[in-house]
Amino acid sequence: MISEAAVWGIIGLPLAAGALAALALLPALRPLARASGYAAVLGVAGAFGLSLAALDSTLGADRAAGFAARSWLTVGDPASAGGFEVTVGLLLDPLSAVMVALVSGVSMLVMVFSLGYMRKEPGGEGGAWADYPRYFTYMSWFTAAMLGLVLAYNLIQLFVFWELVGLFSYLLIGFWYHRPAAAAAAKKAFIVTRIGDFGFMLALLYLYLHRAEFLAQGANPFEIPDILAVAPLLSAGVATWVALGILAGAMGKSAQFPLNTWLPDAMEGPTPVSSLIHAATMVAAGVFLVARMFPLFEESAVALNAVAIVGGTTAVLAAAMAIVANDIKRVLAFSTVSQLGYMFLALGVGAWQIAIFHLLTHAFFKCLLFLTAGSVHHSVHTFDMRYMGGLRAWMPLTYAATVIGALSLVGIAPLAGFWSKDEVLAAAWSADGAGSVLVSRLVFVLGMAAVFMTAFYVFRLLLMTFHGRFRGGIDAVPADELTPDEAILAGHVHRAESPWVMLLPMAVLALLAGVAGVALNAVGAFGPLPAHGLTHFLGGLSRDFDQGVAGLSTALALAGIGLAIAAHRRGVLGLTDLPRPWSVVHRFLAGRLYMDHLYETLIVRRLLYRGLFFAADWADRRLVDGTVDLVGWVGRNGGRAVAQLQTGQVQVYGVGVFMGVVVMLMLFMFQR
Amino acid sequence: MLTAIIALPLVGVALLLGFGTTAARARAIALGAVVAELALTAVLFAAYDGADGYSFIERADWIPALGVQYLLGVDGLSVPMVLLNGILGVAAVLSSWTVKERVREFFVWLLVLQAAVMGVFVSMDLILFFVFWELELLPMFLLISMWGTGRREYSAMKFLVFTFLGSAFMFAAILVLYFSLPAGERTFDMMALADSGLAGAIVPASLVFGGFLIAFAVKLPIFPLHTWLPDAHTDAPTAVSVMLAGVLLKMGGYGLLRINAGLFPGELVSAAPLLAVLAVVNVLYGAVVVMRQTDLKRMVAYSSVSHMGFVVLGLASVGATAGQFNGVGLNGAALQLFTHGIITGLLFVVVGLVYERAHTRHIPDMGGMARQMPLIAVVFLLAGFGALGLPGTAGFPAEIMVFIGGFTAYAWAAAASAFGIVLAAGYMLWAAQRTMFGPRLERWDGLRDANIVDMGAMAVLLVPMFVIGVYPRLLTDVFDAGLAPIVRGFGG
Repeated sequence: MISEAAVWGIIGLPLAAGALAALALLPALRPLARASGYAAVLGVAGAFGLSLAALDSTLGADRAAGFAARSWLTVGDPASAGGFEVTVGLLLDPLSAVMVALVSGVSMLVMVFSLGYMRKEPGGEGGAWADYPRYFTYMSWFTAAMLGLVLAYNLIQLFVFWELVGLFSYLLIGFWYHRPAAAAAAKKAFIVTRIGDFGFMLALLYLYLHRAEFLAQGANPFEIPDILAVAPLLSAGVATWVALGILAGAMGKSAQFPLNTWLPDAMEGPTPVSSLIHAATMVAAGVFLVARMFPLFEESAVALNAVAIVGGTTAVLAAAMAIVANDIKRVLAFSTVSQLGYMFLALGVGAWQIAIFHLLTHAFFKCLLFLTAGSVHHSVHTFDMRYMGGLRAWMPLTYAATVIGALSLVGIAPLAGFWSKDEVLAAAWSADGAGSVLVSRLVFVLGMAAVFMTAFYVFRLLLMTFHGRFRGGIDAVPADELTPDEAILAGHVHRAESPWVMLLPMAVLALLAGVAGVALNAVGAFGPLPAHGLTHFLGGLSRDFDQGVAGLSTALALAGIGLAIAAHRRGVLGLTDLPRPWSVVHRFLAGRLYMDHLYETLIVRRLLYRGLFFAADWADRRLVDGTVDLVGWVGRNGGRAVAQLQTGQVQVYGVGVFMGVVVMLMLFMFQR
Repeated sequence: MLTAIIALPLVGVALLLGFGTTAARARAIALGAVVAELALTAVLFAAYDGADGYSFIERADWIPALGVQYLLGVDGLSVPMVLLNGILGVAAVLSSWTVKERVREFFVWLLVLQAAVMGVFVSMDLILFFVFWELELLPMFLLISMWGTGRREYSAMKFLVFTFLGSAFMFAAILVLYFSLPAGERTFDMMALADSGLAGAIVPASLVFGGFLIAFAVKLPIFPLHTWLPDAHTDAPTAVSVMLAGVLLKMGGYGLLRINAGLFPGELVSAAPLLAVLAVVNVLYGAVVVMRQTDLKRMVAYSSVSHMGFVVLGLASVGATAGQFNGVGLNGAALQLFTHGIITGLLFVVVGLVYERAHTRHIPDMGGMARQMPLIAVVFLLAGFGALGLPGTAGFPAEIMVFIGGFTAYAWAAAASAFGIVLAAGYMLWAAQRTMFGPRLERWDGLRDANIVDMGAMAVLLVPMFVIGVYPRLLTDVFDAGLAPIVRGFGG
């Protein structure tokens, strides 16, 4: 049995390491900037070690361990309806144990990769290590907040860490704050996710409104185990509203349609940040949250259907947008949104354990793919695939890793992605969740359609980047498309493989992206591995391998791959100069369904900024304040008759006010 | 103890008049006075034992014929307010380090201001309360009109007229209250009135309640009585903005809790629907107007209007049905007073530092300043995150408590107000983007980052912002004890 202090250490070590890394921001300690990277890696490695111990502990007899929740905020008597208490504690169970191991493990790999990647080009401002302390501080603290989120015992405590990961996401997207695009993207990410958090907040308020039903059971309306235990006893509608509010928060964090617009822009952050935060961990927090609160969702078919439809729609729309993107990171970002849609789909059809399974495999292969994108950028200094091509000639290892990640993402047996995606689709097909059967079947079709699209865009990425002839890298990018930061790098294309410190994490992730499916959740007993190990461990669900679903999805995937290869042979993979109906579709998709246009131009700029905000500001100056000035003007000018009183002396006004008071007072007296 | 807290800044005034002959000496004396005052308020905070009721009572006859007393006392509601005033005093003096004109007089009036506000928070006699309430006007008026910028005379006069008007209502309310009480029970003693519950039983209780409400609504401020605030803030020197946002607005909220909620619970319940509407208007209207501001100080000023709406929402929570009522909203309102004082005080300190260096507050002219002033940029961002209620900062516990309380009474009002946190994220992060981020601009290359004095001014506010954010019980337990009798007045 792991001790409580050790579990707190999972959060505490990265926190402390981040503080240590921050010390190198002090001018006197600048020379130690390079060491801040090592401190961060050590801190998160320690957290990873403790996470494995925690996982080991939950594998034993004590599967779930909640550690005493302490009071953080109390008003009145918490046991009475007039009281209020927020507690803070740790909830260690199979779900959180798996998540902490994943988060700390992936974070460790990404930090190692960053040791190489975040090193500036020689001649960069402030020297090669100038970005190190700030970067590793943010990354360490992000990791601590993410681990805190996963281990939270109380829903308000979870919300606290939920917002904190959003803070570090903001800081890391805007890491290069001097770039206008980065600063704008950071703000957008925070605000769009906060719109979802508004729903999360309302869910918390709604829970408290029904505290009597919790108090009757001796439960706290905010403690997660209590909520889950009381969920079946809640009066009708309560579970639905709370679940829908939580879903809104999850949709914001996991960039689900229609709150998906922030994630592609978030690619303005350094690539390892995209890899850790915007692929493997934080964006999956929405999936984790729904899985965590699943017994509550299970009480409401409406909520489950909503989750499934949101997921299915997002999976298809995002995959479609990925097809037409030319920026390698944007393709991967759309792909992440799409894959998160798969996880929501799984949650919505009642298979939360499978959603977590897909969360894990996705974390491995998508994190890997982002790192390979970073590795590619290290060589050609651009993310635009139109200026890549032929890179496998000098990046054989990066190429191999990309192939593994790509096949895993497409879902080709026996790679990890195949097993998890297949289980998601099989769960949708079997439709035995608490939601509607019709919805399950509908999202099954959407999921299958997305398989085909995924295969196409993934191979489009692979072929445009690594195959064909080299199209010049950053040197070929038109000068007016370069930001000042990029322009410095022109002429620095080096045709070489990335350093080992970047390759090593990629190798580990490639291994995981390959074997994790079989190793974690084999469909049958396989050597020492139990059948359905992960889903059993998480909560007992197991599903037989569905050959029909697997066959269909593989056929669709191969068709998508074939189409991409055919297009590559004909040299039309760039998807330019399409014939008439397709060019319209292309423009619509490349314009990201015009959602940004709708939100930013039409709603925010026109309707709000030039409309409502303008009107309110005008009203405040002219009407509200204008009335005040008018009264003052009448007073001044009307008072000319008694101009002697207008001495401007405060005392005189005071006397006037006092006299007025006396008059009012007399009126009151006579009234009685 | 309490007399000492009021008197200590005045001792500082005496020392300034006696020895503050040079600017350097005046600064040193002022700093010494506010630091000693902060220490004293911290001692009071530590010594307060969370007892139900009033502590450190000092009582002396003042005008025996009328029953007016020099009566001081504190409870869990006023102790944190006193501490807040102590903290902000230090921040205000440190952020006035670069005042060049008539330095001695500046600090004299700043200390008088602090003493007057202390008096408001510790007075337990209505007449004494009113005297301190009025006493604060004079230094404010002079500080804005003499050391301000822009249309300072206009703004100072506007501040004065608005507050005077409100005060007139309060004074009338106090006298009507006194004479309406049964003959043998006439008193200005707020503690006795709160305990006896007689105030709410008088005949024109709603009139008296309304008089107090208007006076405090001007101060807080509540729409549509807020328009003095942006002007006063914009044209005031930094330290005065800090004090204005930090404690002067809080006098309004304190008065609402102490008098409107404490003495007239029945009236407050009747007024709760109106307050709920006004809360939503304050929060959303304030936030919407912020978006169009191009002056950094005006922006922060309107954000104060928005955030004071949360205090009003907390008060409106008393409108809940009997089974639903809880003290969370009132506690949230009190905590919001404290945390807003800290956070907005910090924002004004930082804005002052930017203005002092760049000589502009026009947001579109700024940009990229994080390059030249990384420390100031970081603190601006932290204060902004505090203002948008990020967990980990003090703003979060206050806001969630207000929402929780408000939601149990008027779910629509709480939900609408809670949307204010999205708008706050919008304007705060947009402001950060436009001022601090973006490409380096050469015209700011000469700007220096914060020096040790500036760091002190920021640190004295940053520390409580995070301490309360990480462990709010340090403060909420105190408020809980102080508000318990008031909450009982509503049947909670």
